Amino acid sequence: MAKVLTSIGDWIGERAPGLAPMYRKHMTEYYAPKNFNLWYYFGSLALLVLINQIVTGIFLTMNYNPSAAGAFDSVEYIMRDVEWGWLIRYMHSTGASLFFVVVFLHMFRGIIYGSFKKPRELVWLLGMLIFLVLMAEAFMGYVLPWGNMSFWGAQVIISLFGTIPFIGDALVQWIMGDFLPADATLNRFFALHVVALPIVLLLLVVLHLAALHEVGSNNPDGVDVKHGPKGNRWSPLAPVDGIPFHPYYTVKDLVGVGFFLLIASFIIFFAPTLGGWFLEPDNFIPANNLVTPSHIKPVWYFTPFYAIVRMIPSFLGSAIWGVIAMFGSIAVLFAMPWLDRGAAKSIRYRGTGYKVALGLFVVAFFMLGAVGSGITAEVIPAWFGNVDVTFWENLFGRVMTAIYFGFFVFLWAYTTFGWETTKPVPDRVTTHD
Amino acid sequence: MIKRQWQGYIFSAVLAFGLVFVGTVQAEEGGLPSAGTSVQDQASLQRGARLFFNYCVGCHSLKYARYSRIGDDLGLSEAEVMDNFNFTGAKYGEAVVSHMSAESAAKWFGKAPPDLSLEVRAKGADWVNAYLNSFYLDASRPVGWNNTVFPNASMPFPLWELQGLQTAVLAPAKAGEDAAVEKLELSQPGKLTPAQFQQATRDLTNFLQYVSEPAALQRHHYGIWVLLFLAAFTLLAYALKKEYWKDVHEA
Repeated sequence: MAKVLTSIGDWIGERAPGLAPMYRKHMTEYYAPKNFNLWYYFGSLALLVLINQIVTGIFLTMNYNPSAAGAFDSVEYIMRDVEWGWLIRYMHSTGASLFFVVVFLHMFRGIIYGSFKKPRELVWLLGMLIFLVLMAEAFMGYVLPWGNMSFWGAQVIISLFGTIPFIGDALVQWIMGDFLPADATLNRFFALHVVALPIVLLLLVVLHLAALHEVGSNNPDGVDVKHGPKGNRWSPLAPVDGIPFHPYYTVKDLVGVGFFLLIASFIIFFAPTLGGWFLEPDNFIPANNLVTPSHIKPVWYFTPFYAIVRMIPSFLGSAIWGVIAMFGSIAVLFAMPWLDRGAAKSIRYRGTGYKVALGLFVVAFFMLGAVGSGITAEVIPAWFGNVDVTFWENLFGRVMTAIYFGFFVFLWAYTTFGWETTKPVPDRVTTHD
Repeated sequence: MIKRQWQGYIFSAVLAFGLVFVGTVQAEEGGLPSAGTSVQDQASLQRGARLFFNYCVGCHSLKYARYSRIGDDLGLSEAEVMDNFNFTGAKYGEAVVSHMSAESAAKWFGKAPPDLSLEVRAKGADWVNAYLNSFYLDASRPVGWNNTVFPNASMPFPLWELQGLQTAVLAPAKAGEDAAVEKLELSQPGKLTPAQFQQATRDLTNFLQYVSEPAALQRHHYGIWVLLFLAAFTLLAYALKKEYWKDVHEA
């Protein structure tokens, strides 16, 4: 058997001599720093979820009907009559939410360890593009079941483009292909969700990984192992603190995959709606343009951004400022490599001001999520009784929005004007034995 | 190194439980008493199905539920289902569709009775159960009934012969407002005692919960094995990782 495999390998190797070197470059001779911690699981987990979304998505398209008349029924058909259809759909719907959990943590890792800094700016920019496309992909996917929240969510989000002066209304109709989200909208969103955006996403993921492997991985110490001493037990030329990605990190990531699948499976099998956070009650009611859900809100992963658009008031006769702020809240992340000019990459060696600001930023992000998902609208009257809920919610939300953007302003000033006192960065990663 | 790794595992466990906790807390909100349903309770599902097909199917369809699937899932034979549940002449493999046409229903009640296939997923079991317990006589409404959980619902209350007749006890009206319902009182007992009726509505809600997601039966059945397998897989992967990483720690 082994002989047969070797000869097949040789046969291919003779005809495609570039394959084996490529495998070595990206797997067995890709030297990653040996001190990766928990934060470094989320990249491979994002890839796992992406594959899950594609595979389960393919099976869903086999039975889904992308028409306003048939979409909702076809989803119930998948849930009830298609063999294992319920499992495929729950894997897809749970996967969508967990994708954002994993990607948010992956991005946060990049922020705290300065992984976006030179020479990894391209890796970060490509990653941000992935995040942007992922948001579009998730939004369009959410519309497809054609429940009432799908319909009204599409209506609200597409209408954001209506705030653009002069062309807004025409643009909204052009996107929808109708005056309301309708059959035409569903058809094009289906095409974009299952063909166009996944292709773009896959291409960007390949580029993201290629860009990473050009410059090598960062690590929790923010020390570039490539610049350190050379020579380890696998190669005299490789960084002393680098270890081959395969088998050491593949086998380590396998543990992460096990943990992750345990959590994912618990949700899929025992709490697939996660109390209305992953699948919302209003989306089990078919789309109805005459009945508005009592609270129109996006799924949890959009709520911080949705809160920002809600918190910015209209002025000068236009509502576009909130939309600009919402897109700005994502756009500003693209600029991270040029905003954060700190000398130390990793949070381990950074100044107290940085740590406090980052902590506030995280709090603001969660609190904006609470505003966007309607938690504050429930909590404020429950805790403070008979008060003006709108006033206090707006005040709270605006303070949080200010902190969100303030973080970036502070970070730029803090690192540009030399206000940061860093701790000494070691020459080598700290966990070498 | 070891310490940091454990910090990581604790962190991930806290994160995971936090996620699930937030979900469950959110699910318990709403202030309605718990319906106390369990789709694992097959006897309850059978009693609930009998109630549904005796009192509800005259107006309400379950257009996504097939008679055959209900039979299979509730442990009933084809003959039992066809004799006791099917009054429309539908085939065993067909869906449960009420005889009442939407047009005439809309004329009689002002609104066509909704399909109940997904009612529990849309409103929650607690809501449906509370709704079924909260009808009261109200001469000011077109069909003579009102409901405290869903004020001014168009639906007459077909289970009145089981529960009896409830009337509203009004709280003193505030200036400029109509008097609010303070509580409901059983003014004329029905065939069932209040405790029996609560069990009956729990069964009916349970059946509707099953109908809204028949896959729940399979989820629970397979879920436990999947988790056990993954736990074993994770342990093995961890052991494998430890073995491989001996090289790294020696290097």
